[in-house]
Amino acid sequence: MQKPEGGHLRIEHLRLRLGAFQVADLSLEVEDGQYFVLLGPTGAGKTVLLETIAGLHRPEGGRLWLDGEDITARPPEQRGIGFVYQDYVLFPHRTVAENVAFGLALRQATAWERALPWLARRRLRRLARAQAVTDALDLLHIGHLADRHPRHLSGGERQRVALARALVVQPRVLLLDEPLSALDPQRREALRGELRRIHRALSTTVLHVTHDFEEAVALADRIAVVHAGRIEQVGTPEAIFRRPATPFVAEFVGVRNLFAAQASPAGKGITRLAVGGLTIIAAGHAKGKVHLAVRPEDIVLSRHPQESSLRNVFQGRVTAIEPRGALVYVTVEVPRSGEKPLPLVAAITAPALETLALRPSDPVTAGFKASAVHVF
Amino acid sequence: MSMMRNRLFLPFALLGAVLIWFVAWPLLRTITAVTPAALWHTLGEPEVAHAIGLTFGASAAATLLALVLGVPLAYLLARAAFPGKALVEAIVDIPVVVPHSAAGIALLMVFGRQAAVGKAFAALGIRFVSATPGIVIAMLFVGLSFLVNAARDGFRSVDPRLEHVARTLGASPWQAFWQVTFPLAWRSILSGVIMMWARGLSEFGAVVILAYHPMVAPVLIFERFESYGLDYARPVATLVILISLLVFLFLRWVGRDAEA
Repeated sequence: MQKPEGGHLRIEHLRLRLGAFQVADLSLEVEDGQYFVLLGPTGAGKTVLLETIAGLHRPEGGRLWLDGEDITARPPEQRGIGFVYQDYVLFPHRTVAENVAFGLALRQATAWERALPWLARRRLRRLARAQAVTDALDLLHIGHLADRHPRHLSGGERQRVALARALVVQPRVLLLDEPLSALDPQRREALRGELRRIHRALSTTVLHVTHDFEEAVALADRIAVVHAGRIEQVGTPEAIFRRPATPFVAEFVGVRNLFAAQASPAGKGITRLAVGGLTIIAAGHAKGKVHLAVRPEDIVLSRHPQESSLRNVFQGRVTAIEPRGALVYVTVEVPRSGEKPLPLVAAITAPALETLALRPSDPVTAGFKASAVHVF
Repeated sequence: MSMMRNRLFLPFALLGAVLIWFVAWPLLRTITAVTPAALWHTLGEPEVAHAIGLTFGASAAATLLALVLGVPLAYLLARAAFPGKALVEAIVDIPVVVPHSAAGIALLMVFGRQAAVGKAFAALGIRFVSATPGIVIAMLFVGLSFLVNAARDGFRSVDPRLEHVARTLGASPWQAFWQVTFPLAWRSILSGVIMMWARGLSEFGAVVILAYHPMVAPVLIFERFESYGLDYARPVATLVILISLLVFLFLRWVGRDAEA
């Protein structure tokens, strides 16, 4: 399969109301080839939003542009926008290969087959053996399932079929509605890797909706945090997690210590993570561009460096102290050569703060275990 | 899976057995009371053969009409929200509760020789009173509820998102309906077809008011019973029961294999 042409999606002042769900005024731009993630709480009507982009609902106001063309009034079959539902929605009366061939058969249908669709059945059967279908099945590693019926497949296999079915017609934009959340954790991780690989291979524009921040960070070029039909913040994963623009974003993403890093195996079950001049040691295996997160509760502060089992120990300076509930959040900036200092946020108890007698600009040592580093 | 034993099962089974006996025994008695030779002889009577052919044909025509007019309606009822929907659904159900002789009278009021609609059709050369079209519309009236409701339930059981996906893959609404929704609802529609057709075969009340002649099988049985008594009515009744059972079994079998 090759890269489809185009794929620049622009949403302009979209207004939408469906049942209890409401979008007041939503604008968004997804660049050609970008992996864009809409991140928001479950039940925030993200499915309706995607269905509207696909042309399945008519918005009350606003415009949709695809590669400079106004597609607001275009029926879904003329948009070139693919859709994958959370629970796959495969055609139960067709085999895996026929599911994947479905879109191709429609594109090649003669006038007679369009008018009398029962004639189209033969074309579907024939196309199920076509090279393009085989390629799509192979891309998703499901070639061996070609002749099965969807009811005999596992969740992960169904999701792969749904992806192959959407990709084979080379959509200009692919919409993914919570594509991983119905899977168990192991399959989810595997399929997340697949999504990344497929996006790199085809560079199809992807608009992916999820409530899972880890999924968002792992896949997204850009993230938009949505809440109650509104966009709270748009930016790169790091920007959103480091500098939440609104209290909702801060609350929802909840992670304070999140950094992009370059991972390389360091043997003995550990991984070395280069974070712009600093090296952080993590347990486990990882390679290439990754993200890492450390929970503030896992960071230990001390006045002086001490000998300990902590693999990650950094000298820094206190820049902020914010009490919140039972805990106090202490920000420590660790200097880096030739770059801005790295901010680490540690959560400690009020008595611990008293014992250490920390004040802003005091020197301090921050440490955490390799096993407290979460890589994704 | 083995069924759990339950103390209720025995009394319930006894009560149910009464009902099953009540249906099966009279049918069996009627069938066994007539010798195969007598049946063969009855089938050879032109009047009987004609009545049976007419019954099956008229009911098939009524079912076909309901299929063409009723399946689109069923789809709308399953998918669309529109003002007056509850009323439309009620109207579809009404023929089930109206006594069939009353239904015949009602049809006569509209399709009779004096009525406007009846006259309009007469201008086209179609008569309803004492004619085959009258039998067909009587069967249509009393049977359409079965077909429309079964088709509606069938469409309702098809996830509308299957159509959505088909649309995003390039299908027009027409293609999405025929290639996805209809095949998936087909089994329900077929069971509606069988029920409506069988209903038409057995129709007496509405038919007899619109068209005593030409005679359908139930009317013929009634006439022979009235004019000559049980012994003359029985062979025809037996024949109709047997043919109905055979056709019923055949359609059940077709329905089971429809998806394979």
